Formats: sequence, C-alpha cells, structure tokens
Amino acid sequence: MAEEIKYTPQTWPEHPETANLEGKNKFLGFWLFLGGETVLFASLFATYLALKDKGPEGMTFTTQSLFSEGLPLVFLMTMLLLTSSLTSVYAMYHMKNFNFRGMQTWMAITVLLGLGFLALEIYEFYHYVHIGFYFSQSAFSSAFFTLVGTHGLHVVIGLGWIILLMLRNAKRGLSVYNAQKYYTASLYWHFIDVVWVFIFTVVYLMGVMG
Amino acid sequence: MSAIAQKKGFGSVLWDWLTTVDHKKIAILYLASGGFFFIVGGIEAMLIRIQLAVPGNDFLSAGLYNEILTMHGTTMIFLAAMPILFGYMNAVVPLQIGARDVAFPFLNSLGFWLFFFGGIFLNLSWFMGGAPDAGWTSYASLSLYSPGNGIDFYALGLQVSGAGTYIAGINFLVTIINMRAPGMTYMRMPLFTWTTFVASALILFAFPPLTIGLFFLIFDRMFGANFFDHTMGGNTIIWEHLFWIFGHPEVYILILPAFGIFSEIFAIFSRKRLFGYSAMVFATVLIGFLGFMVWAHHMFTVGLGPTANAIFAVATMAIAVPTGVKIFNWLLTIWGGSIKVTTPMLYALGFIPSFVAGGVTGVMQAAAPLDYQLHDSYFIVAHFHYVIVGGVVLAILAGLHLYWPLMFNQMLDEKLGKITFWLFFFGFHATFFIQHFLGLMGMPRRVFTFVGDQGWDAFNAISSGGAVFMALGVIVLVVNIVKTVVQNKPAGTDPWEDGRTLEWAIPQPVPFYNFKRTPLVRGLDTFWIEKQEGNKEGMTYAEPLSDIHMPNNSFIPFVMSLGLFIASFGALYNGEKTWAVPVLVIGLAITVISMGVRSWKDDHGYHIHKEDLMDDKGGKY
Amino acid sequence: MGHDTHVVVAKNKTQYEYARRKRSHHMQMQVVTFAIMIFLTFIAFATVAAGMSAFYVAPVILLLAAVQVVLQLYYFMHMSDKGHNMAAFFLYSGALFGFTFIITFLTIVWW
Repeated sequence: MAEEIKYTPQTWPEHPETANLEGKNKFLGFWLFLGGETVLFASLFATYLALKDKGPEGMTFTTQSLFSEGLPLVFLMTMLLLTSSLTSVYAMYHMKNFNFRGMQTWMAITVLLGLGFLALEIYEFYHYVHIGFYFSQSAFSSAFFTLVGTHGLHVVIGLGWIILLMLRNAKRGLSVYNAQKYYTASLYWHFIDVVWVFIFTVVYLMGVMG
Repeated sequence: MSAIAQKKGFGSVLWDWLTTVDHKKIAILYLASGGFFFIVGGIEAMLIRIQLAVPGNDFLSAGLYNEILTMHGTTMIFLAAMPILFGYMNAVVPLQIGARDVAFPFLNSLGFWLFFFGGIFLNLSWFMGGAPDAGWTSYASLSLYSPGNGIDFYALGLQVSGAGTYIAGINFLVTIINMRAPGMTYMRMPLFTWTTFVASALILFAFPPLTIGLFFLIFDRMFGANFFDHTMGGNTIIWEHLFWIFGHPEVYILILPAFGIFSEIFAIFSRKRLFGYSAMVFATVLIGFLGFMVWAHHMFTVGLGPTANAIFAVATMAIAVPTGVKIFNWLLTIWGGSIKVTTPMLYALGFIPSFVAGGVTGVMQAAAPLDYQLHDSYFIVAHFHYVIVGGVVLAILAGLHLYWPLMFNQMLDEKLGKITFWLFFFGFHATFFIQHFLGLMGMPRRVFTFVGDQGWDAFNAISSGGAVFMALGVIVLVVNIVKTVVQNKPAGTDPWEDGRTLEWAIPQPVPFYNFKRTPLVRGLDTFWIEKQEGNKEGMTYAEPLSDIHMPNNSFIPFVMSLGLFIASFGALYNGEKTWAVPVLVIGLAITVISMGVRSWKDDHGYHIHKEDLMDDKGGKY
Repeated sequence: MGHDTHVVVAKNKTQYEYARRKRSHHMQMQVVTFAIMIFLTFIAFATVAAGMSAFYVAPVILLLAAVQVVLQLYYFMHMSDKGHNMAAFFLYSGALFGFTFIITFLTIVWW
C-alpha cells in the first residue's frame, strides 16, 4: 500500500490528494461535508438577520453602537485570516513539490496567524461581555454569539487538526497517506475564510451601516 | 487476520459486532435496533388508540398522553423508519453497484453507534423524570415552557442521532459516486441505488438546519439563550422554519428509498424491465429538489401572508407531477408482465392505492385556503399516516421479505407473510381511512380525549379496532421471523429466481469481501442480461483475481459515540446538578481524544491474498 | 475496498522540470489572487468607513464578498481544476438552498 512506497520528487504524483481510491473518497466526502456546512452557516446567518437589534424592551445595543468603533480590529482579524489562507496555499504548493519541511513551515505560519485571529476574537467577545452584551442578554446577543462563535469554534477545530497533523507526521515525513490529510485540512481552513468573508460583510460592515 | 473461526465464545462474538465495519453487519445492526424501536413506537401507538377508543376515557392521563404521542412520532420517524431504511441501504447498495464496501467503513460504524446512543438517550427520558411532551415538531412556543427534562432529552437525543444520520448520508453519496463497478454508469444504476443517492443528498442539506434548530433549543432551555423568547426579542417562528426546512425533506428522505424498494419489486415480480427507467430517475431527482422548496406549507396558518402562501402552495402541488409519473410507470411495469404474487409483490400492489390516497389528500392541503379548514384536525393525521404507513412502512415490510434472503440466507415464510400483509393492510385502512371523516367533522388532533355524542364515538371505536389488526399483523411477522431463524434453511443464490440486479448474482452466504473479482456491468439489470445469455456464474468480470484490500475493525466509533452520550447528560443537567459541567467536559473529552487516537494511529487495513481466495469455492472460508 | 489502481510512475527530467515550473507559475497566480482579495477587502472597509449611504454601499460590499468567495473557491481551493464537478454541484446546491432560507427569514419570519 501507499505507506510502503518511498517517493522521490520525481515519482511523487501530481495530485497526491486523489492518487488512490481512499484519497478520492476523502476528497469528495470532504467537499460534500462543506456543502452541508454551507447550509449550516446559511441557517445561522438567516437567524442572525432575523434577530439582529432585537431584544428586551429598552435595549440600547444596536449593531451600529456595538461594531462602529471596533472596525479597525475586524479589519485586522480579516487580514490575519486572509493571509493564513495564502500561507496554507503555500504549504500545499510545497506538498505538491514533495518538500516536507517547506510544507510544515508554512502550516506552522498558518497556525500562528490563526491563533492571532483567535486571540483577537476572544478579546472582542470579552469586550462585549464587559459592556453588558453577554450571551443571554437578548435574542440579538444570542444570535450574534452563536453565529460568530460557531465560526470561532471552526477556527479552533481547524487549528487543533493542523497542529495534530504536524505533530503526528513530524518524524514520518510525507506520504500519499498523510498528504491527503493535509490537503483536506487546508480545504477546511479555506472554507473558514469563506465563511469569515460573509461574516465581516454581513455582520460587521452592514451592521455599522445599520 | 480476518478468517472467522467457526466456534467462538459469546464475548468474541459480541466484540465482533461492537467493532465491525462490514456494511453487511452494520446493516443487520440497523435493522435490529430499528426493529426494536419500531415495536416500542407501535406499543405507544396502541396505547394512544386504547385511550381514544371511547369518549371521556381515563386510561391515560392528559400529561402522559402527550408524552406517549410525542414519543410515538419521534420514535417512528427518527429511530424506526430511517434506521431500518439505512439497514436496507447498507445491505443492498454496495452489492448493487459492485463495491466491496462503502466508501468510509469506519464512519459507517460511527454513524450507526451515534444513532443508537441517541435513540437510547431519548428513550431513557421515560425512566428519568418524564418524556418530551410537545409533539414531534416540538414547537418552541410550547417546548420552551415544558416543565421537567423531557424536551432536553428530545433535543440532545436527536442531536446525537442526527449527527449519525448526517455521516451516513455523506458515506452513501461518496460510495455511489466513487465506487461503482466498471460499466455501472449513472443511467444503469438500479432504482434503489438512485433513490438512496437522492435521499442521501437530502440528508446532507436537511440535517444542518435541524442541527441549528436543536442547538437553539438546547441553548434556550439549558444555557440561557433567547432565540425563541419573545420577551427578550426572540421569535418562535424561527423554530418552525428551521424545523420544517428539515422536516419536509425528511419525509422525502423516508419515501424515496421506499419508492426505490417498490421499483425493484415491481420489476422483479413482473419479470419485466422497469417501465420508463429514465423518467423514474428524473422524477426522483426532481422530487428531491422540489422537496426543499415547499416547507412553509406546514405553516400556512401561521400568517405568512397571501404571497408566501401562494408560492409555497404552487410549489407543493408541483410535486404531485413527478410523483404521478412514478405511479404510472409502476402501473405500466406491471401491465403485460408475467406477474408472481409473492409477499413483497403483495405489499407493492397494496402500496399503490394506499399511497395515491395519501397523495391526493396532500394536494388538497396544498391549497392554502382549504388548509385553514383542515389544519390541526384528524384529517392531517389521516393524511400523513397514509403516506408514511401506506408508503414507508409497507415498503419496510416488503423490503424485509425481499431482502431477508440476501441478508441472512433464509427465506421468510411466504404463507405467514401473506397473513401479515392482509391483517396489516386491512387494519391500516380501518384505522386511518375513517380518520379523514373525523377530521372533517371537526375532531382536533393531539387531544387526549373527547366528549361523547358529537358523532365521533363510533368512528373512533372503529379506528381503534383497526389498530388491533395491525398489531396482530406485526405479531404474526415476529412469529414468522422466529420460525425462519430457528429453521435456518439456506435460501441460496437468487432465491426469488427472477433477480435482475447485481446483488442477486452473489453466492450465498455473501463473502465478507462481497466480490472476489470486481464485476463488469453490461447494462441496466445486469444479472438479468447474464442469465438471458446463459452465463451460469451470473457475472462477467472486469479484472483478474488479485489481492483484496479490506478495512480493519475498530472499537473507536463506539467510544466516540459513548462520549457524546455521556456529555449529553452533562448538558441536560446544566444548572440543576453540580456534577453537570464536569460530566459534559469529560464526555466531550472522551470523544475528542478518541478522534485524536483515530487520526494518530496508522490504519491502512489489510490484504486478503489471492492465493487464499483461490482455495475457497463460493465464498466459504 | 475496491478497485485501487495506483501505479507509481517516475517522471523524466524534462517532465519533472516542466511540472515544477508550472506549479511555480501557478503559485505566482495565487499570490496575485491574494493581492486582489486584499484589495477588495480594503475597498469594502473603506467605503463603509467613509460613511456613504447604505443604499449604495450594501449591494457593492455584498458583490465584493461574492467575488472574493469565488476567488477563494476557484483558486485557493482549486475548484477550477478538473475533477471538481460533483464538489461544485453539491456546494452550489447547498448555497442555493441556503440562499432561499435567508430570503425567507428576511421576509416571512412573522412578528
């Protein structure tokens, strides 16, 4: 099987992610999963849009009052996540060149950028809770934290996944068996960025406009 | 490594079932646990009918009646009908498309155990302070204020079992797309495979909204969120939308595989090619697509406005067209065929008028103004039992007879099977036909009793009497199963003699690797073609004999599901018991760690060498 | 598991060099894509920060988001490569259904 074959850059397949049936299955299965995730996030977005600015009588929180001053922070978070998307593309570039160290390095950079994003998000959430906009404060706050928090949870899972992959394969080197795993993890990471594009547009930017 | 010893202790047999990743064994697990929940749901149905047999009855209290009614619906849909259909899909689809297993054997096992633990969790509510009591739809305006933990059991149990269903859906999709044998083009796939494919696609898109809705309910009830609490800005209509966005495709997830089973039966026992194959495929896909665009017809009376009601009414009526195409194709398959009225065929013949009746009342309700009259009456109860029992349950019973020899290499007794059919079929119509009229006379659904002398007494008594016949039918079926298992007479290959598709060409008992050599598919009804051409073996092969790669068994799916089961108790008692949060964390940790172990370990499976294959004849090992 | 037809083929030197160059060229394209995405994001934030009328800005930034997502899908996630038909079909089906959910939640969540 795949793990017994010792590859060189010359024999390394052009598309290791779909080089055998197992890889093809993983590849397709993961894309289908992303199709389901699209619907999942659409449901969350739909609920958020229906419930934004809605709260108990006399609630003063609005999207404008909450997000206006934090816009630079959101811009920074967006840049971090976008850049991490590019660095994971670099990692896949090295994977296709059969350059294990290059791939690990770029994956590590991706993880660092992701951690930076996560730290800012935690800071942001902490700030909201601090000013009294906590999870059970209103329907608006529940919907906001659930939508953005689900995205944050995806970031956490993605980071955990990539870190586990890097540790696991640190001594093993690159094979078709684990190249497929790196490939799906990077797809997942890109999808997180896709969702974030809609979050910063629909939640933050359109929220600031009111 | 895999060679199964003939004599094994109880412990090792149990271990084998707990760790199996073989789709044929997982099929049996699905069938057995689905069958168990079917009996449980059936007993609940009988209790309902006993309570309603006479006016002013006090056999059940109002609260207990609500719990039984809720659990009857939830159990039948999520824990009986779907798993049993998954059982057939697992047993049949890989064989039908010429694959050695499903695409993700490990996930297949995980999907089953998630469903199983979710179902057990839901039913534990009976012993832990009361079952859910807000109906299977669990509308938030009601479920938010339900005292006790019943609704929490509902939300968490369905969340866990829903995750299993979602995994199973992806698994079937990938299996069907990637693992078809050479020559098995999309337009040569048997109808059961096609309907499994479309139903799995529906699962892929329908279950995420349910997951979200259930999370909202869990957060609202257990973690202080306000999605549905109007005093905090929430809105209960959101639950209704999310539930029906899932709920309507769900009925197609159930009925499409049922259509698939009947399509197989009509072709086999009319000994004719299925009439209008490509129209059937097109109709299946179209039903799947339209199934997503009609959910608000369950909400006509909410007050969505005439525009929305009109759009959803028209979309709903449109579904009748592809369904009608199917009905006519089945009729034309029988037309001029050389018909053998076996038990499965009997069910199929009974299905057509029953399902058409259910479909017609469905179109009636699609007319929004009329729905204002029919809504929440027994007319609705009659309608959905006509489609679910007249369609899905008849298919499940037909499939049980049809596929039993494939799964167990035994034939169920035909005579007892026919007795079951007549008892069940008569009982079904006696129970539910009359409920149409009860609805038109104004009897509301979901009431625990009614006042006498409103003209409902006799009809309710008849309805309860009919239920007795259904119960008798199921008892005869159980006797039949026990008798067959005890006698244990091998059925052999192609037991119905007229099998048309690949699954009937495999030697019995089916070897654990399914196909010694991958078959070459030469057309629709490939086995039929081989038989017509006098091929004794029943298959043409696409490759020479070579090593077969097989997946290893694994205990991890069981542990992962157990972790979520434990975590569910933590979430359930959050804020009530001091140990709740630690239990939640421990449960989730078990799941996450077992996921980590799974990805850390190398698991490449193993090979059966071709020399070992040469030795055995007909799959004996 | 099924019909696994994985064969190891070694490329000769020319083929290997060609493949490497192609990949490197491809990577340059990815960086250009990234630059465009950054630019689009910047425009979106800038128009909002400038405080222009929501009536004009909202459709523009939604369009920018859509373009950016398409770039992400087709370049970063390689959906433009061969063998993505099923992936695209299911992703777009999901997006279509999701879109109808959002429309209905904006219009007929009845108060």
